[in-house]
Amino acid sequence: MTMRTALLVLLCTPLWALAQPGASLDERVNALSAELRCVVCQNQSLADSQAELAQDMKREVRSQLAAGRSEAQVVDFMVQRYGDFVRYRPALQPSTWLLWVGPLLGLLAGAVVLARRLRHTPEDPHDLNDADRLTT
Amino acid sequence: MRRFILFPLLAFAALAAFLGASLGRAQSTELPSPLIGKPAPAFTLTQLDGPPAPFGPRDFSGRVWILNAWASWCAPCREELPVLAELSREAGVPVVGLNYKDKPDAARRMLVKVNPYERTVLDSDGRVGLDYGVYGLPETFIVDARGIVRYKHTGPLSREQAREKLLPVLRQLAGK
Repeated sequence: MTMRTALLVLLCTPLWALAQPGASLDERVNALSAELRCVVCQNQSLADSQAELAQDMKREVRSQLAAGRSEAQVVDFMVQRYGDFVRYRPALQPSTWLLWVGPLLGLLAGAVVLARRLRHTPEDPHDLNDADRLTT
Repeated sequence: MRRFILFPLLAFAALAAFLGASLGRAQSTELPSPLIGKPAPAFTLTQLDGPPAPFGPRDFSGRVWILNAWASWCAPCREELPVLAELSREAGVPVVGLNYKDKPDAARRMLVKVNPYERTVLDSDGRVGLDYGVYGLPETFIVDARGIVRYKHTGPLSREQAREKLLPVLRQLAGK
C-alpha cells in the first residue's frame, strides 16, 4: 500500500472503527452518534442534537448495539431509512469518489504546476523579464 | 509567463461558478427518500376509531394508496387535511393516516371537521415513522398496487402541488 492510499483509508475510517475493542456501550453509542446526522437539524450530529427525532434515533442506536448488532449494521439501518445523507462521513462509493479524491487531485495539480515553474526558472539573469527581476 | 497568471484566474472562475451554482440548491432542505422504488415497510398498527383489527400495508395490496404521516401537534398538517381530502376524491385513491407520536384523543379532535383518512393508524412511539424515514411532518407517500413506494412529498401539500405533482403520479399508477 502506498503512502497515499494508506492516508486515504485512514481518512475514510469512521471514528467507531477506531474505538477500543473493550469499549462500553455508552462509549460505542456516543462514538456512533457522532457519525450520524440529525436529519431534522441537518448540520448537527445525533450526539450534538437535542431534537426529539435525534433522541429517538440515538435510542434506536443504543438498543440495536445492546442487542448485539455491529456499528456497520446500525449505519446500514439508518442509511436504508434516511439515505446516505445520514452519514456525516460520506461512504467511499462511485458517487462520492470525486469528493474524496478531489482535494488530492488539486494538491497534485498544484505540485505539478509548482515543479514545472521551478524547473523553468532561469538561472541566467539576462533571461529574466521585468516582472521577475523585481521579485528576485 | 502570462500563462501562469491566467491559470489561477481560470481556476478561480471555475470554482466560483461551481459554488455559485450550488448556492441556489442549498436552500432546499428536502432529502431524497431512499424508499422510492422499494417495498413500503411492513407494519401492523392499531386503528383509530376504525375496525378493531390492526391495519398493515398488506391490507391494501392490489390498490394504489397514499400514506400521510401527521399529528395533532403539527399545525401545517391541519392545513393540509382539506387538500388531502380533495386529492383522494379526485384520484379515487384512499389515504391512510399515520398518526405519529400523538394522543388518540387529540388526533380524534383534529379530524372532527375534515377527515381525509379512510384509515388512521396509531404510531404512538414513532417506530413506524422511523422505518419510513419520517423526519418532518407532514410527509406523504404514494404506494402502488404491488406495495412499492413510488413517490414522496415532504412538508405540507398545497393545492397546486397536489394537482401538479401527486395527481399525475396517482393517475398514471391507476391507469396501469
